[in-house]
Amino acid sequence: MKYILSVLVENKPGVLSRVTGLISRRGFNIDSLTVAPTEDVTMSRMTIIVNADEVAYEQLTKQLHKLVSVYKISDLTEEDAIERELVLFKVVAPPDRRHEIIEIANIFRANIVDVGKNSLTVEATGTASKLDAMEDLFRSYGIRQLTRTGKIAMSRGARDA
Amino acid sequence: MTDQMNAAARAGSPRTPDMPDDIRQHRCASAAALAPKDGKGDGTTRAERLALKERAVSGRPFGPGSATEHEGKTITGAQAVIASLEAEGVDVLFGYPGGQAIKIYDALYDSTKIRHILARHEQAAVHEADGYARATGRVGVALVTSGPGATNTVTGIATAYMDSVPLVIITGQVTRGVIGTDAFQEADIVGITMPVVKHSFLLQSNDDLTRTFREAFYIASTGRPGPVLIDIPSDLAGETMVFHYPDQVNIPSYRPTYRGNAKQVRQAVELIRAASRPVLYVGGGVVTSHACSEVVELAEKMRIPVVTTLLGKAAVPCSNPLNLGPVGMHGSKYANMAMTEADLIIAVGARFSDRVTGKLSEFAPHATFIHIDIDPAEIGKVVDPKVPIVGDARNIVAAINERLDRVGAEPQDEAWVETVFAWRERWPFYTEDFADYPDRIAPEQVLEALSAKLDPHASVVTTEVGQHQMWAHQHVHREESRTFISSGGLGTMGFGFPAAVGAKIGRPGAQVVCIAGDGSIQMNIQEMATAIGNGIAVKVLLIDNNALGMVHQWQRLFYHERYSCTEFTANPDFVKLAEAYGWDAARITRPDEVDAALDRMLASDKPYLLDVIIPTAQTVYPMVAPGAAIDDIIGAIDVTLGGVRVTEKGMSPAGETAGAIAEPLPLNARTDGAARTGGATRQSAPAMGAEAHPQIAADDADRKGGE
Repeated sequence: MKYILSVLVENKPGVLSRVTGLISRRGFNIDSLTVAPTEDVTMSRMTIIVNADEVAYEQLTKQLHKLVSVYKISDLTEEDAIERELVLFKVVAPPDRRHEIIEIANIFRANIVDVGKNSLTVEATGTASKLDAMEDLFRSYGIRQLTRTGKIAMSRGARDA
Repeated sequence: MTDQMNAAARAGSPRTPDMPDDIRQHRCASAAALAPKDGKGDGTTRAERLALKERAVSGRPFGPGSATEHEGKTITGAQAVIASLEAEGVDVLFGYPGGQAIKIYDALYDSTKIRHILARHEQAAVHEADGYARATGRVGVALVTSGPGATNTVTGIATAYMDSVPLVIITGQVTRGVIGTDAFQEADIVGITMPVVKHSFLLQSNDDLTRTFREAFYIASTGRPGPVLIDIPSDLAGETMVFHYPDQVNIPSYRPTYRGNAKQVRQAVELIRAASRPVLYVGGGVVTSHACSEVVELAEKMRIPVVTTLLGKAAVPCSNPLNLGPVGMHGSKYANMAMTEADLIIAVGARFSDRVTGKLSEFAPHATFIHIDIDPAEIGKVVDPKVPIVGDARNIVAAINERLDRVGAEPQDEAWVETVFAWRERWPFYTEDFADYPDRIAPEQVLEALSAKLDPHASVVTTEVGQHQMWAHQHVHREESRTFISSGGLGTMGFGFPAAVGAKIGRPGAQVVCIAGDGSIQMNIQEMATAIGNGIAVKVLLIDNNALGMVHQWQRLFYHERYSCTEFTANPDFVKLAEAYGWDAARITRPDEVDAALDRMLASDKPYLLDVIIPTAQTVYPMVAPGAAIDDIIGAIDVTLGGVRVTEKGMSPAGETAGAIAEPLPLNARTDGAARTGGATRQSAPAMGAEAHPQIAADDADRKGGE
C-alpha cells in the first residue's frame, strides 16, 4: 500500500541523500518526494510517498528514525490529512480554442500563467484526483508538457482546539 | 572482574564437578588455576568500563574537554584536530599519512599526548582501531588521507558498523574549492560510506570543527555504538581559528532510549515466571552495555540456559554450567536443540542473524519472544516478539531481576535444565580421543590446548574469518567480556590480525593471540611490520590447511566436491615470511608437537607466528546447512553411539542413524526440495541434481525417513 510520510530533518547538505539512500537501499521506490525548509530555517520537511507492505514499512520508518539527521517522522497515511499538489500544464491551444481551455481552468480554479502563440500554461493546485481529472480533460487538446510537484501534506488542526 | 562476577564464577564452580569429564566446552584447567585479575589500569575493570559508559551517555568529553592548554588559543584547523583528540582523551591514533592529511600529521608531530601507530594499509589501520575499541570499550580513532586512503577504510568501517563498534574515522579531503572536480586523490568518501556509518560529517567551516568532534565521539559511543566519519578539506586544516572545546553536546534529533518501559518489564517478568523451557539468547549488546553480571544473575536466579552468538561469546563466563555456548550454523547440537525446543526465548542485545536462526520458518517453533535491544529497528525485524523492550540491556535486565525478586519468583523445576544438560552430555563439541585424521593435528585439539594455557580472564583472543574462527568460537574458553574479538556481521577476512595489534596496544599487559587461517592472514599480513615496528608482541596461531577452508568445506558438502578456486598453490613459507619481518616463528605438523610449540609461542616476548599444518579436508562440525533448520545438524558427535559423528534432525533415537556421517544433500537439491514440498511436509521429493548423485539422494531419503 501507499504510505505518506512527513519527515522533519536537519536542513543541511547531504541529508536528502541520506534519506533517499536509505529508502532505495532497502529496495523501495519513492513515488514522490518534496522537500523544502520549514518555519524554522534549520529544519526541512520532506513529504515522501512510498509503496510498501506493512512489515517493510515499519522497518523503513525505524531505520529512518535511526538517522541522526532526522528529527521526527509523522505518518499521514491513515489520518485525514490535507494533501496538496501543484501542477503546470502546457496545453496545445490554437487561438480559436483558447476560451474552452480557459473555461476548464476556471472551473477548477486554476490560473493561466503564460500564453503562447499556440499554447496556454495552466497552474493548478489541489488533490491528486482533481489534478488527474484536469489532466484527462486537457489531454483531448494535447498536453505539450506537464510537471507535477509531488504531494505535500499536513495533519489537520485538532477539531476542538 | 568485579566481586559480583567473581561470586558468580565461584557459585558456578561447585556444580562443575558434577559434569562429565568429556564436556570439554565448559572445563578449563586454567579457569580454576588462575585467579581472576584486576584490570591493569587499561580500562579493563568493570568499574572503569561502567564509568566510561556513564561518561559517554552524559555527553561530557572523554578527556579534559575545555581544560586543555589549547583552549582559547588561535591555532590552525589541523592543530585544532589534534587538540580536539587530546580534549577527548585520545592517546592512540591509528593511521597512514598522505597529501591531504599532511597538515594534520604536521600538527601531530608536536603532540606529546597522542601515540600514532603507523599501519601499513588504511584498512588495517581501521581494524586496529576497531580491535583497540573492542578490547578496551573506548572509542577507536583512525586518521587517513583523501582518495585511496579514504576508500581503503571502507571495509574497516563496514566491519565496525555491522558489529556496532565505536570508531571515529578522520579523512583528509581535497580543498573545498576543488571538491567535485575529480581533483588528484579526490573521493566522495562521505557519499561512499553513507550506508555503513552511524553518522558522518563533511566539515564546511572551522567554526564547526570542535563541535563536530564532540558530536562524533558522542554519537559513536552512545546508543547502539558505531563508526562516525569526519571528512576534513585540507584548506580548513590550514586556516586559523580560535580553539574552544565544548564540554557538552546537544543533538535534538539524536536521543537514544536507555530506560526500558516499566510495563513491558512487568510483562517480561510474567512470561519468564510462566515459562517452563526458557532460553537466554545473548548477543554483543550485552558486552556493549556491560550487562554481563545482570544476565548471569537472571540466568542463575531462574535457572535459564544461555546460548551465545559470536559477538556475545564471553558475555557469560564459559565456566558457568548454564552457558551452552555457541548457537546457530556452527553451534553445538545441544544449544540448537535448546533454541528449537524452548517455549520462551529472551533475546538480549542479539539480532536474530540468519547464521543463528537458520531456516526461519522452522526456527524456535514453540517459543514466544522477549526482545531487548537499544535499537528499535532490530525489534520485529526478523521475529515478532510478544514483549519488545527498547533500551539499555543492563538497565532492563537489572529491572527484570529486581522485579523477579520483588514478586518472589522461583525457577521451575530442574527438568528443563537437566534435559539440556543431558543433550550436552550426549552431543559434545569434541571429545579428547576423537580425531577425524588420527595422525594429523586436529584443530580442535590445538585450540583446546591453547585455551587451557591462556588466562581466560585477562588474555585476548582475536580471530580472522573462516573455519578457524568457528573452531575458536567452539573451543576457546573465556571468562570475561571483551576478551574474544571477531568480525561477526560482515565476516571480514583480514580483520583478526590487525584487530589483535590494536587490542594489544589497548591492553599491553594482556597476552593477545590471533587465531588465523592461511587465507585470512594474507589479507593484512603486511601488519607484521606494524607489530614489530611498535614492539607489539602479538601471537599468531595460524591454522594452515593450504586452502580457503570454509568455502572448500561448502564445496565438499554441497557442490559435489568441485573445488573451484579454493585450493592454494602458491602459499608462501609463513615461517620464513614472519622471520623476514623480524618475528619469531615455527611450524608444527604432528600432534605430539602441539603442547611444547604453544608454550614457546606464549612465552615469547616478541611477536610470534606458529604455523600449524592441518589436513585440507578437515571440516568444521557440527554444521547446519544454509537454508536448513538449526536442529537439522550435520556431523555432531554422539557419545551414545560410541562417539562418532552423526547427521540427523532433532532427536532421532540413538541407533537409527548410526554409522558414519551421512552425506548431506547438495545445496541446490535442498532448496529445490524445500520449495517443492512447501518446506513443511516430511517427504523429500527427489530433487534436482539427485539423478546425477543417486547415493546422496538415497542417503537423504533415509535421513528424512528417520525423522
